[in-house]
Amino acid sequence: MKSKFLFFISSFLILITLQVESFAYSADPKQFIAEITSEAKEILNSSNSKKIKEEQLSEIALKTVDIKGLAYYTLGGKRKEISSEELKKYEKLFKGYFLKSFTSRLTDYSDPKIDVLSTEIVNEKYTIVKTLLLSTDKKPEVKINWRVYTKNPDKPLIRDLIVEGLSLARTQKEEFASILSANNNNINALFEKLEEFINQ
Amino acid sequence: MMLGRIKVLFSTITLIVLMSSSHTLAGEKYTANECFENFSRGTLKFNQALDKAIFKPIAKGYRALPVPIRMGTSNVVENLRSLLTLSNNLLQGDLKGVGNTTGRFLINSTVGILGVFDPATHIGFTKKGKEDFGQTLGVWGADTGCYFVLPILGPTTTRDAVGLVGNVFIDPVYQLTHNTETDVIISNDNLQEHNYYYYKGTDAVDFRSKNIESIDSLERNSIDFYASVKSLYLQNRAQKISNSMKSGKTQEDSDWEEVDNQ
Repeated sequence: MKSKFLFFISSFLILITLQVESFAYSADPKQFIAEITSEAKEILNSSNSKKIKEEQLSEIALKTVDIKGLAYYTLGGKRKEISSEELKKYEKLFKGYFLKSFTSRLTDYSDPKIDVLSTEIVNEKYTIVKTLLLSTDKKPEVKINWRVYTKNPDKPLIRDLIVEGLSLARTQKEEFASILSANNNNINALFEKLEEFINQ
Repeated sequence: MMLGRIKVLFSTITLIVLMSSSHTLAGEKYTANECFENFSRGTLKFNQALDKAIFKPIAKGYRALPVPIRMGTSNVVENLRSLLTLSNNLLQGDLKGVGNTTGRFLINSTVGILGVFDPATHIGFTKKGKEDFGQTLGVWGADTGCYFVLPILGPTTTRDAVGLVGNVFIDPVYQLTHNTETDVIISNDNLQEHNYYYYKGTDAVDFRSKNIESIDSLERNSIDFYASVKSLYLQNRAQKISNSMKSGKTQEDSDWEEVDNQ
């Protein structure tokens, strides 16, 4: 009886492990991006409602984007001036803002065709994966480079998208800096803007 | 007489911009101070309203045209625009660029039937970025100056505003269509002034039609649209001046260093 129980438990654990394994992304940055773009394309091409698509895309983002790192980066030096409670509140708001903005941008594309071209190892922490969003009848082709954080080589994470040479993380950082600067460096003004965006 | 005075005034302004240079090309900046932010924010709103009422609907109408017509129009405009790039290739001493732009123009104007088709790319004369006088001033070492938004024309900097005026003097298409002497000598109706404005207008509509969704998306997803436009404009100009598409260039690793160490 005991051996049957142990067999059942081990089979169950193996099954769970395999299941988890099937959701893991490749550790190779190029393959990692290829898998993400392919998964996103499948979601965008599906007949699901926009809401479901957004939820599925959010799941991908949560697993593959360094949202916390991006939150810190976009707040710049201000993160050292605010309290730990404020920082926690900011992290939470940024996550909501990022996911909404990220999925909204992606759902604009109904049938994206992306070629993963090559990689450029910047240093041990960063690899740039170069891709090309192919042109359509309406839009010209777009070069998109993915800045992949490889400090943990087993679990790469996306830190930035560089569209035609323009860094989205940098743009975001300057947007936040502008809001702070226009409001006497008051973090609550940024919180309000983020909340407004999330709730709209 | 009047044109002569304008040329002298323009040369003086260019000299002032160059003399106020305080950086090298390697140090091309991705930021710029505001000239008059409140005015610029107001102008951007005005431009957005104008775009919504006039330019965007025109761009949408243009997009309804069959793809071959749009592509041919885009190619013709790009071919004419390459003459301004050629002038700037020369001013920047970029001989490789001169060769490529000249080759592309000659092949596309002849084999490509006045630029409607782009056989040059298939032969190996690859498309390179457009050059303008603002970029040339940047290559010469002129400082970015401050940032502001012009009515209709959009975001710019002191250096790029001088560049806009400079473009007029070194653009062969402008000179051919505005020089009354060439009209008499060549006697070609295509060289009349209004055709220059048709060409510039078509260029603007073509650009807008290719960016309908991306501008919509930026407006929808920005919590400070003005700041986003400013950041993207300055990054784009800095990249064009350094002629670099290097992926990591717009973002120094040191920017992330502190995040990693926190």
